[in-house]
Amino acid sequence: MTDVVVTGIGVVAPNGWGVAEYWDATLAGRSGLGPLTRFDSTGYRAHVAGEVNFTPEEHLPGRLLPQTDHMTRLALVAAEEALADAGADPTTMPDFSAGVVTAASAGGFEFGQKELQALWSKGPAYVSAYQSFAWFYPVNTGQISIRHGMRGPGSALVAEQAGGLDALAKARRHVREGTALMLAGAVDGSLCPWSWLCLSRSGTVSPRRDPQRAFLPFDADASGGVPGEGGALLVLETPDGAAERGQHRHYGRIAGYAATFDPRPGSGRPPGLRRAIDTALADAGIGPSDVDVVFADASGVAEQDRAEAEVLGAVFGPRGVPVTAPKTMTGRLLAGGAPLDVAAALLSLRDGVIPPSVHIGRPAHPDLDLVRDRPRPARLGSALVLARGHGGFNSALVLTS
Amino acid sequence: MAEFTLDDLIAALKEAAGADEGVAHDDILDVPFADLGYDSLALFNTLNTIERERGITLPDETVVEATTPRMLLDAVNLGLATAG
Amino acid sequence: MVGVDDGRRRVVVTGIGVVAPGEVGTKAFWELLTAGRTATRTISTFDPSPFRSRVAAECDFDPQAAGLTQRQIRQWDRTAQFAVVAAREALDDSGVSGVNDPIRTGVMAGTACGMTISLDREFAVVSDEGRKRLVDDAHGVPYLYDYFVPSSMATELAWLVEAEGPVGVVSTGCTSGIDVIAHACDLIRDDAADVMLAGASDAAISPITVACFDAIKATTPRNDEPESASRPFDLTRNGFALGEGAAMFVLEEREHAIRRGAHIYAEVTGYAGRCNSYSMTGLRVDGNEMAEAIRVALDRSRMNPEDVGYVNAHGSATKQNDRHETAAFKKSLGDHAYRVPVSSIKSMIGHSLGAVCALEFAASALAIEHSVVPPTANLHVPDPECDLDYVPLVAREQRVRTVLSVASGFGGFQSAIVLAEPEWSRG
Repeated sequence: MTDVVVTGIGVVAPNGWGVAEYWDATLAGRSGLGPLTRFDSTGYRAHVAGEVNFTPEEHLPGRLLPQTDHMTRLALVAAEEALADAGADPTTMPDFSAGVVTAASAGGFEFGQKELQALWSKGPAYVSAYQSFAWFYPVNTGQISIRHGMRGPGSALVAEQAGGLDALAKARRHVREGTALMLAGAVDGSLCPWSWLCLSRSGTVSPRRDPQRAFLPFDADASGGVPGEGGALLVLETPDGAAERGQHRHYGRIAGYAATFDPRPGSGRPPGLRRAIDTALADAGIGPSDVDVVFADASGVAEQDRAEAEVLGAVFGPRGVPVTAPKTMTGRLLAGGAPLDVAAALLSLRDGVIPPSVHIGRPAHPDLDLVRDRPRPARLGSALVLARGHGGFNSALVLTS
Repeated sequence: MAEFTLDDLIAALKEAAGADEGVAHDDILDVPFADLGYDSLALFNTLNTIERERGITLPDETVVEATTPRMLLDAVNLGLATAG
Repeated sequence: MVGVDDGRRRVVVTGIGVVAPGEVGTKAFWELLTAGRTATRTISTFDPSPFRSRVAAECDFDPQAAGLTQRQIRQWDRTAQFAVVAAREALDDSGVSGVNDPIRTGVMAGTACGMTISLDREFAVVSDEGRKRLVDDAHGVPYLYDYFVPSSMATELAWLVEAEGPVGVVSTGCTSGIDVIAHACDLIRDDAADVMLAGASDAAISPITVACFDAIKATTPRNDEPESASRPFDLTRNGFALGEGAAMFVLEEREHAIRRGAHIYAEVTGYAGRCNSYSMTGLRVDGNEMAEAIRVALDRSRMNPEDVGYVNAHGSATKQNDRHETAAFKKSLGDHAYRVPVSSIKSMIGHSLGAVCALEFAASALAIEHSVVPPTANLHVPDPECDLDYVPLVAREQRVRTVLSVASGFGGFQSAIVLAEPEWSRG
C-alpha cells in the first residue's frame, strides 16, 4: 500500500498560535482554558471555554473579513501555516494536483446568528449575500481552495467530534488515488450565545466556573467537557511526491484508520470503539504492543471516560501503554480537536516526548497509565489517536514515524 | 435626494464587502470592479446596502451591467432621480 | 482491513427511496418526471410576502401518514424526517434488512443545510425574534444540540439500518448528493463495508434560506407563474426555484447483492470531484473544472465519451450555470455532447440544494431501469448559447445503458458520477 506522510502542520489552539507556540505551551502544561469572554455567560449553564482571540486584520486580507466566520478565519491561518511548513505552493503545481478535505460540526454558527438576528429583527432585506455560504459546513474547504489555488478534490465531512480523523483518512485515499497533495483536518469552534445554548443542550458540557476544575477527563471529579475553538490542518503526500518537489522531511505516516458506530442504546451489542482500534491497527499492519502512546478521546463525561479506559485496558492490558489528553489544555474543539491531537502526536514522534494531561488530580482509572502534569520522554515509533462523536461515532487513526 | 458620490460608494463597498488595501480614492472610477477585487457577491451586498439606505430599488441587471464604479454611480443616481 | 480500490469490489444500487416535491415515494416521483409535470408552487409553509422569490417546489409530506411517531415528528427536523422516510423505502425496496451484518454496514448522509428550519424557528423563540443577542436558555427545546450538528441525522439512519460500520455526513453544498454516494462507494470498494445506506436530504424552504438567495438574486422572482418558474436552458430563465426532498439508496458490493439474489438497478462505475478555486458562488464560463471531473469519472468507469447514454444535468436555471455546464459537456464529451440527450429535472422538482443530486441519482437509476429519459420541462425558448439536445418538455422512451450525472455548487465544487446498467461490462 502506498505510504502517505504528513509534510506540513498548521495549528491554531487556545494555548498557542502556530505550531511552535502550541507545542511549547503543551509540553509546559500551559492551559488555554479560561472564563468565557466573548459574551456574558450569566444565565447560561456553562462558563469556561478555550478561546482563540486574535486581530484578523493582521492576518487576513480585508476583503475576506465580511464573508467569514471566526472559525473560517482561524482555518485560513492554519492552512497558510501548514502549506508554508510543507514548503508547498499549490499554484505552482500541475492543475488539479492539490485538494482539500476538512471536517465540520455546525459550520459558521456565529455568522449564522448575526444573519438570523438581522432577518428576524429587521427583515429579509438585511440578510447578507454572504449568508449563502459563510455558515455552511464545507465553507473552510471552499475558502482554502480558493485562497491557495487548490483545484483537486474538495470535500467536507461531519461526524461531530470524530469527523476530523475521517477527513484525514479521506485525504489519504485521495493521495493514494493519485492526487499529489491534500490539505486535511479541521479547524472548528463556535463561541456565540446561540451556539453556547445549543452546546449546553448536549448534556456533556461542564457547568463549573473554575478553568482548572472544569475539564477533568479520567478524574474522579469529572464533570463534562469544555468547548474550545481551533484545530489543525495537515499536508498529506507520498514520500516520493514530496521528494520530487524537494521536500525530504516528514513528520510521520498516516498508517492506519478505521471508523465504527455504536449500536442503538439498549441493543445489548458492544460499543464500537474497540473494533475501531483493532481495525485501524490491522490497517497499519501493527499489533497493540507496537503502539507507543495513545491520545485519548477523553470526553470528561465520567461514563464515557470509563468506557474508553476499559477498552484501552482490554486492548493494551493494564497500564500497557502511556495515555495522554493534551486537550485538557485546549478544551474540546468540536471537529478540530482530533486533528490537533494528530498534530500533537506527530510532534511527539518527532521529539521523543509525550505531552502531559493537566489538572487531573484524582485519577479514576488505576489501570490507565496517564501521563500527567509533566511531559514524559520516550522512544516513540507509533501513536494511536482516538476520537468519538456525539451520537455514536468512533474513529481511530494510527501514526508511525 | 442627495447625489450618490464616489466617497459614498467607497464607504458602502468597505462596509458591505470589506476594505482592500489596494483601493485608493484616485482614478478608480473606470477600473472594473473585478480588477479592484470585488466579485459579484461583494457587489450584491453593496447594492443591497445602498438600496436599503437610500430607499430605492435598482434593476436586477445592475450587478452584471455596472462593471465599474462610474457605471454603478450612474445607475444609483438614475435610481435616485427616478425615485425623485 | 481497509484496502484501496483495485477494481475487484464493485458497487451496485439495490434499493431506492424518495421524498420529492409533489407526492411522496419513488413511484410518484418517477410518474411526475416522465409526465413532464412540475411541482413548483407558491411557498405555503410560511408567509412569503416579504421575500423577492416566493416560489418553491414543496413536498406533500404528511409525517404521520409516512409512518413517523408523534415523538419523532416533534423532535426531528424536517430534513431528518425526509431522510428516515426515504431510507425506509430504500431498505424495503432492497430487502437487505436482517440480511446485512451490522459490522459490515455503514451510513453516509448528505445535506447542504442540515436542520435549518428548526434552527431558524428555535432562534426566533430564544432570541425573542432577534431582539436579544444573549439568547434565552430557559426557552430552548431540549434537543437543540441535534439541530446544531447535522450528524444527528446519520445517527438516526444508522439505528434504522443497524449499522455499526463507518457512519457520517458528507456536506459539500449543492454537490452533497453526488459526493455522499461517491464516498459511500469508496468505503465499499475499500472493503470497509459491504452495504451502505447513502443519500441526501434537505428541507430548507425557510425564511433564512429564501432571504440569503434573495440577497444574491439567485432564485427566480417569477412569482406570478409558479408552475413554470424553473426554466433550465431556456432563454427566459431567471434563477432557480428552491426545492426540498431526500433520496436514499442501498448501495451494495456487487457479489454481496448477487449472492442474495437482490434486484440490481445499476452499477456505480466512477465519480470525481474538483474545485474551481475561483469563487464561493461564481462560475467561470469555460467549465474547465466540471469538464475535468467528468473526464476523470469516465476514466474511472473505463468509458469513452461515446459510451454516455444520457446526461442528467445540474440545470439549475441560472444563466451562469446553464452556460457553464454546457461548455463543460462540450469540453469533456466532444462531438458526442451534441448527440447525447441532456436534461434537467430541476425544471420539475426545483433545486433542493444538497439533496437534489441524490434525487437526480435516483432519476438516473430509474432511467436505466425503465428505459426512459426524463425531459426538461418549461423549455420553450432555447437559449442560443445552450445548443445541446435538452429533451424539451416530453420524456423519451429509449434504452439507457449509462448515465452521467453532474452537479455544481457553492464553494466551487464540481462533481460527476457515472451509472451503468447491471449488465454493463467494464471495458
